Amino acid sequence: MTVNEVQDAIIEDFSVFDDWMDKYNLLIEMGRDLPVIDPGCKTTEYLIEGCQSKVWLCPSFENGKIFFTADSDAIITRGIVALLIRVLSGRTPAEIISADLYFIDRIGLHQNLSPTRSNGLLSMVKQIRLYAIAFNAKQPPAV
Amino acid sequence: MKDISAIRADFPILSRNIYDKPLVYLDNGATTQKPKCVIDAATEVFTLYNSNIHRGVHFLSDRASEEYENAREAVRSFINAGSSEEVIFTSGATGSINAVAFSFGERFVGRGDEILISHLEHHANIVPWQMMCRRKQAVLKVIPVDDNGELIFEEYLKLLSKKTRLVAVTQASNALGVILPVDRIIGAAHAMNIPVLIDGAQGVQHGVTDVREMDCDFYVFSGHKIYGPAGIGVLYGRAGLLSELPPYQGGGDMVKNVTFEKTSYNDLPFKFEAGTVNFPGAIGLARALGYLLSLGLDNISQRERELLEYATGQMHSIKGLRIYGNSPHKISIISFLLKDIHMYDTGMILDKLGIAVRTGTHCAQPVMDRFGIEGTVRASMCFYNTHEEIDRLCAGIEKVISMFS
Repeated sequence: MTVNEVQDAIIEDFSVFDDWMDKYNLLIEMGRDLPVIDPGCKTTEYLIEGCQSKVWLCPSFENGKIFFTADSDAIITRGIVALLIRVLSGRTPAEIISADLYFIDRIGLHQNLSPTRSNGLLSMVKQIRLYAIAFNAKQPPAV
Repeated sequence: MKDISAIRADFPILSRNIYDKPLVYLDNGATTQKPKCVIDAATEVFTLYNSNIHRGVHFLSDRASEEYENAREAVRSFINAGSSEEVIFTSGATGSINAVAFSFGERFVGRGDEILISHLEHHANIVPWQMMCRRKQAVLKVIPVDDNGELIFEEYLKLLSKKTRLVAVTQASNALGVILPVDRIIGAAHAMNIPVLIDGAQGVQHGVTDVREMDCDFYVFSGHKIYGPAGIGVLYGRAGLLSELPPYQGGGDMVKNVTFEKTSYNDLPFKFEAGTVNFPGAIGLARALGYLLSLGLDNISQRERELLEYATGQMHSIKGLRIYGNSPHKISIISFLLKDIHMYDTGMILDKLGIAVRTGTHCAQPVMDRFGIEGTVRASMCFYNTHEEIDRLCAGIEKVISMFS
């Protein structure tokens, strides 16, 4: 699935709920289902600053693609980072850098995007892009 | 006291819906909502007499200056200062503390001197002193608190010394709600001729304030936390002390004569009000104070005490809820955590239920460190809140518990 196909699937998942509580229940569920992170990744090196809840985001690079694992001490934040992973993990740096994350707005999470918002969704997106840019720079130039 | 539904009708925002649910506003410790008379004051200033104060000879400037000075007198009377020259308008409590930290530091603090604060301070009453201490090579000392969040008075007495230049403490903890024994704190400091600054940002809005009876040397508060506009605040200082301090900002209106060689400063309070001050804010603040007086300050105290008691009782009965700051002397703030549930998760769900609370460290990280936590959920109530709203908060908390367990 492409980045946009995954985003559309997420929008579809959320579209069945009108009520905020149901949307958040879904986020909580996704947070609970997020695979357990390697304890070695829960260090300050992988901690994203500027979040009221702690978020650890751990990248790895295999066959030209970046994979992310993550954790948070708040479940809703885990749900949010789980969504980002669903969309952006296992992608090439170019895909990540060029991704237009319209699903955030469409499922009503845009209010979490402002720089002052405490859950740091913006910081997470920024960090994922920074990793992509860094890995991209390390790759041999395309022939 | 005026009927609660009539009081609520004075605050237009209280009748709005959030996510299709009636707003329950329990973040009054962060900022309070504004009564219609304060909202109208802004319109009035800009519609009828907006003009720069203290400068013009024309009608509008005269009128604006008069309203501004009336506002100063309203503040003087509200806190019972001895004279209006002791009332300086600033940008807020933070601005006031920074002003004292600079001016007092310049005049009275030197290498090795000590400034005493408590462990309960808001960052606004920590960082300006740290900055001043660094500049003056002075030392910042901290009065510890016990497990209930109460100041340990014997430790305070031990910390007072010949080196102490100033004691700066909050009237009540913004993070826990615990009230400090300011009268005793001031008494002990004055016995050693040490002046005291009281941060009234969480005190002044809850009842009668009398700076002369309290006998403090400086008293500061913010307009927006006492139902007035943001961007305006007050620094009260004893005239004798204020006149000894150098100004902290230079500019227009704070001077008598300016040449390139020498400038002579204006008298109090203007010496400390450089530039065009926030006169619309000051006028709005005066309206807010007038509104509180019309309700009766003792009535406000009584109602908030009763709300705190009711909320504490209801919340204690929720299994897994722990309250931080279990002192019998509190303003109407309840800081809590739900067992195993992150404060952020709690706050997010309460928000979606239309309930506004604050989560995090409340700009008081040392308090959180003292209790070994990263933050709390804080419900801060005031006189316009109701039992029904507290019931909705409790039902919301139960909902959070059921969603996350």
